[in-house]
Amino acid sequence: MLEIVILILLILAGLWAVMAPNLLKAAIGLAVASAILAIIMFNLNATLAAVFELSVCAGLITVVFISVISLTRQPSDREMSSKKILKRFAFLPLVMLLAALGLAMLMSKPDFNLVMAQSPSEDMRLVLWGQRQMDLLGQVVVLLTAVFGVVVLFKERKRQEKEDME
Amino acid sequence: MSDILLIGPLLGVLLFNLPIQFFRKAMIPFGVAFAMFQAVAVLFFPQALAISVLLPLALDDLTLVMLLSIAIVVFSALLVGRGIIEDEIKRCNFANLVVLALLGMNGVVLCTDLFSIYVFIEIVAVSSFILIALEKGRAGLEGAFKYFVLSAAASIAILTGVALLLVVSGSTRFIDVATVLGTAGNKPFLLLALALFAGGLFIKSGLMPFHGWVPDAYSSAPAAVSVLLAGIVTKTTGVYVLIRIVGDVLGLTPTIREIMMLVGVITLVGGALAALVQNNFKRMLAYSSISQVGYIVLSFGTGTPLGIAGAVFHIFNHSVFKSLLFVNAAAVEKKTGVGAMNEMGGLASKMPLTGFASVVGLLSTAGVPPLSGFWSKLVIILALWQSGHFVYASIAVLFSLVTLAYFLLMQRKVFFGHLRHSFENIGEAVELAVPTVLLTAITIGVGLLMLTPVIKGSFLLPVSGM
Repeated sequence: MLEIVILILLILAGLWAVMAPNLLKAAIGLAVASAILAIIMFNLNATLAAVFELSVCAGLITVVFISVISLTRQPSDREMSSKKILKRFAFLPLVMLLAALGLAMLMSKPDFNLVMAQSPSEDMRLVLWGQRQMDLLGQVVVLLTAVFGVVVLFKERKRQEKEDME
Repeated sequence: MSDILLIGPLLGVLLFNLPIQFFRKAMIPFGVAFAMFQAVAVLFFPQALAISVLLPLALDDLTLVMLLSIAIVVFSALLVGRGIIEDEIKRCNFANLVVLALLGMNGVVLCTDLFSIYVFIEIVAVSSFILIALEKGRAGLEGAFKYFVLSAAASIAILTGVALLLVVSGSTRFIDVATVLGTAGNKPFLLLALALFAGGLFIKSGLMPFHGWVPDAYSSAPAAVSVLLAGIVTKTTGVYVLIRIVGDVLGLTPTIREIMMLVGVITLVGGALAALVQNNFKRMLAYSSISQVGYIVLSFGTGTPLGIAGAVFHIFNHSVFKSLLFVNAAAVEKKTGVGAMNEMGGLASKMPLTGFASVVGLLSTAGVPPLSGFWSKLVIILALWQSGHFVYASIAVLFSLVTLAYFLLMQRKVFFGHLRHSFENIGEAVELAVPTVLLTAITIGVGLLMLTPVIKGSFLLPVSGM
């Protein structure tokens, strides 16, 4: 029962992150969702994953988001019209439906046998370096590409601004 | 040695981004040289490629065909970029991202694990977003954003599918998942996992009705990027993965076959009809690309060895002739500065090479003998006919004619007819001559070689035994 309550909380926090009227509140909603996810992971005995989720996603990323939001100026502080806010809820029924389906699947008797991915005693490092080298390489390249993208897009803008000034 | 195909580009990007002026200039030559190395390795040393030392990679005939297509398209895209992008820093950034995309695509075709495939698809996707937005105009950012959003939805679906499969099989390796699925039967839970996975891949492949991002992304991207995207990116991250997963993991059950053929035929018809009414050159090519992907999926859906061979052969051919057509579009765009077809006309007299290459590309796409596209379409239609899908076979033949129709319209509007005064002084796009000539030669050459037993023996038939 507790698990289901936590899952519902997770969905609510996720919804808040999407629906929140301003970026700061959205970032906090995301952090709350991450924290709840970490609780679920602890509950499932995935301690290492939970620690990472809590420290990186709920902690570090939120700090980065909030500092970026406070560094950039808001486009304008205009109040959103109520019509626009209502528009955001148009997809809510779909989300509810999906959540209900997911919960129904959880409650119903599963028609499959659960298999543990590996015994929990197995060393994390061995798994990472021994079995998942491809993913490790892939993740490094994804990070490299993303960093590259940020540098490319922002450096260019700076240069353009400089050229415009001249 | 197949490790080199992943580690080589990574080392190249790291090395050539050291803050030394000479190194940064060498990025495009490095990418071009690496693509050539990859093509040579695939063509002449496939046995050496089959050995991997550091990483768990696998290589079969389908992988070889994909590696060759990737090498050809990346080679052309880099040369187009060199000819078209004038700013040196921008050119260097472009080359870096293309080489990273090359790495990602090599990873997608070489790995043997559902989760690894997801990671490498993401590499390709991230580098594609940045490449589309490279120009940073409104259209480019909009195209990139659409691709980003739909691609994220696809990633969520794929990842959820992988997670569900992991829960039942305890592993994400193809072979383990396939073993479990083989004994599990048609349980609702598994069907959900498969539906999610397939849905994600349909979006990535740009199949109808999930194609919304394709025309915007292809037409708003810088010309050199369109070559890469249309030629190989969607084919690798969407169609190849679909073929690999369905073939190796899920198995071609009758239900899956029916679904694939239906989606394929809808895409084929819808893409061709939409292409017929486009006025923007690159948008027309994008819809044509969607339509050709429909052919590939339709052929694969037959599930017969001939059908699979036709699909794979058409992926290769499509990557060559569609790149060729996008190179031509790039040449026209560079010289005239316009994208709307009814503002062009008579360009063949000023750009004879581009005009000729365009004729070769369009005839190959429409399946006119003896060009390469004819043979793959022939195999596809034969496969459909032999497996008893007469209606689908007729539609495939009929829409070959529609393909010819919209391409002839394009050719007439752009290259034939009366030359406008404003275009009196333009000349041939000599910067793009190398990729144009190379891709034209491959299109004609593969078509002619099919008349001899060379390719039939070494290229097509082993794939059909998949």
